[in-house]
Amino acid sequence: MSSTIALIIIGVAVLFILGIKLLSSPKTARIGNLVAAAGMLVALLALHKPGGDYVWSQGWTFNYTLIAIGTVIGLIIGAIGAYSVKMTSMPQMVALFNGLGGGAAALVASLEYFSGAHSLAGITAFIALTMLLATLIGSLSFSGSIIAYLKLEGKFEKPITFPGQNILNGLILLVILGLCGWLTVNATAAAATPAFITLFALALFFGVAMVMPIGGADMPVVISLLNSFTGLAVAADGFAINNLAMIVAGTLVGSSGTLLTLLMCKAMNRPVTNVLFGAFGSSGSSKAGAGDLAGKTVKPLQADEAALLLSYAQQVVIVPGYGMAVAQAQHQVRELSDELVKRGVDVRFAIHPVAGRMPGHMNVLLAEANISYEQLCEMEAINPTMDRVDVCLVIGANDVVNPAAREEKTSPIYGMPIIDADRCKTVIVMKRSMAAGFAGIENHLFYKDNTRMLFGDAKNSLQALVTAVKAS
Amino acid sequence: MDTNVLFIFILAIFVGFEVISKVPSMLHTPLMSGTNAIHGIILFGGILVLADADTTLARALGFVAVIFGSANVFGGFMVTDRMLQMFKKKKQP
Repeated sequence: MSSTIALIIIGVAVLFILGIKLLSSPKTARIGNLVAAAGMLVALLALHKPGGDYVWSQGWTFNYTLIAIGTVIGLIIGAIGAYSVKMTSMPQMVALFNGLGGGAAALVASLEYFSGAHSLAGITAFIALTMLLATLIGSLSFSGSIIAYLKLEGKFEKPITFPGQNILNGLILLVILGLCGWLTVNATAAAATPAFITLFALALFFGVAMVMPIGGADMPVVISLLNSFTGLAVAADGFAINNLAMIVAGTLVGSSGTLLTLLMCKAMNRPVTNVLFGAFGSSGSSKAGAGDLAGKTVKPLQADEAALLLSYAQQVVIVPGYGMAVAQAQHQVRELSDELVKRGVDVRFAIHPVAGRMPGHMNVLLAEANISYEQLCEMEAINPTMDRVDVCLVIGANDVVNPAAREEKTSPIYGMPIIDADRCKTVIVMKRSMAAGFAGIENHLFYKDNTRMLFGDAKNSLQALVTAVKAS
Repeated sequence: MDTNVLFIFILAIFVGFEVISKVPSMLHTPLMSGTNAIHGIILFGGILVLADADTTLARALGFVAVIFGSANVFGGFMVTDRMLQMFKKKKQP
């Protein structure tokens, strides 16, 4: 590698690290993304073959035409995906892009395994191993991400489990590892091709089998994990084709993605093993807690009564959830909040770390509706003040305000930190129906004496509330 | 193999861990999306492989890899930017 290329790659590494660093603070996040994109552009210019020749200094062949066409097609797919997707569906889009990256990593590694065109030392056992790992991790990330995408699209949200599933998955994993071991030392054997294809297929299947038993509510964690997997696959590819920029970028994503996954689990107060193997919210637990609710009823109320409660309150806390996102009701929420503030009501928003289907989901939506930062409170900050709050308005949130997480040891969400909505003087829950939340469990909050239910689509109900508040 | 590369690999693991040790939960999604775009660098792997492809099968698979990688990198950065646009300061009326 020439020293010019080495210097450029150092620059690329610095831009990526800086980009990730800036991405982790709200003020600089957008610049961080652009810095990382700039790093990508620099890496493109320095793209070189293992021998040190720049790719772009070669003569233009038919392959280059294919590269150009392929890149443009990818650009168009990416742009359409990124700009047409609704704010509520962004998580799925990330899953999809991640899956494509994983697929690309697997394809690159497969091609290299059979040609060895970019390995300086030929296919040594170490190089073969990196290629096999990239194939394995990349393809399971591809299929796993697609399942995660479909789950978030609501195709089969519920975990799919069957007896002996873990044993079957374990067996498949053993076969995969065995194939990897054999292929590492027998790269040139005649049987390598069928063995490799079997490995590829099994890895694809394993990705599906791994994500299938996990409930829709845990998909963010799964996507984050698969994201770091793809990073590792890319790093392994970097070893296989002698590209330092790919090693650095892939490793950074792999390790920061792993930490991010752990941070997300921490926000839900659950160990990562519980998320991956716990089959959260499976049919067995969906009836948990339903028994002692028999005989209790919920107390519905109308929009004009709710409006009265709100406009004569001193302190109001709004807890947004996935229901608000689905109804695209964030602008109506802002209108209501503005109207109440005009009347001298102190309005704050309580943001649960995992409200919605993605961490940060609510912040993004409320920011879109121009609700100021000062009104947004994190869960830890708002909980100690809940006793003094007159009205807590829960908009389409369910599991994140379920007191079972505090009170019932048998509940699958026991131990998850929640927003203590039940401690407010009055709770108004806006909900479409009595259906259970994403975790599939009953919510005792709805049956409490100080709780009133306002049924209906969040957007229409809020519209009615705004009108009623204006009139009162 | 070159041990320097392994050295860089190990250091990069630690940098990745350190660099996001303190991140507010509201940025988890954009951060995931941003790092997702960074591993789109696999596009260059696709380009390298396709540039030297000499069979029809290799060209076809390399072509697919380039499309996938390109969608990952461009889509990734664009969707992250769109998410982060929402974080801009409230406009004064």
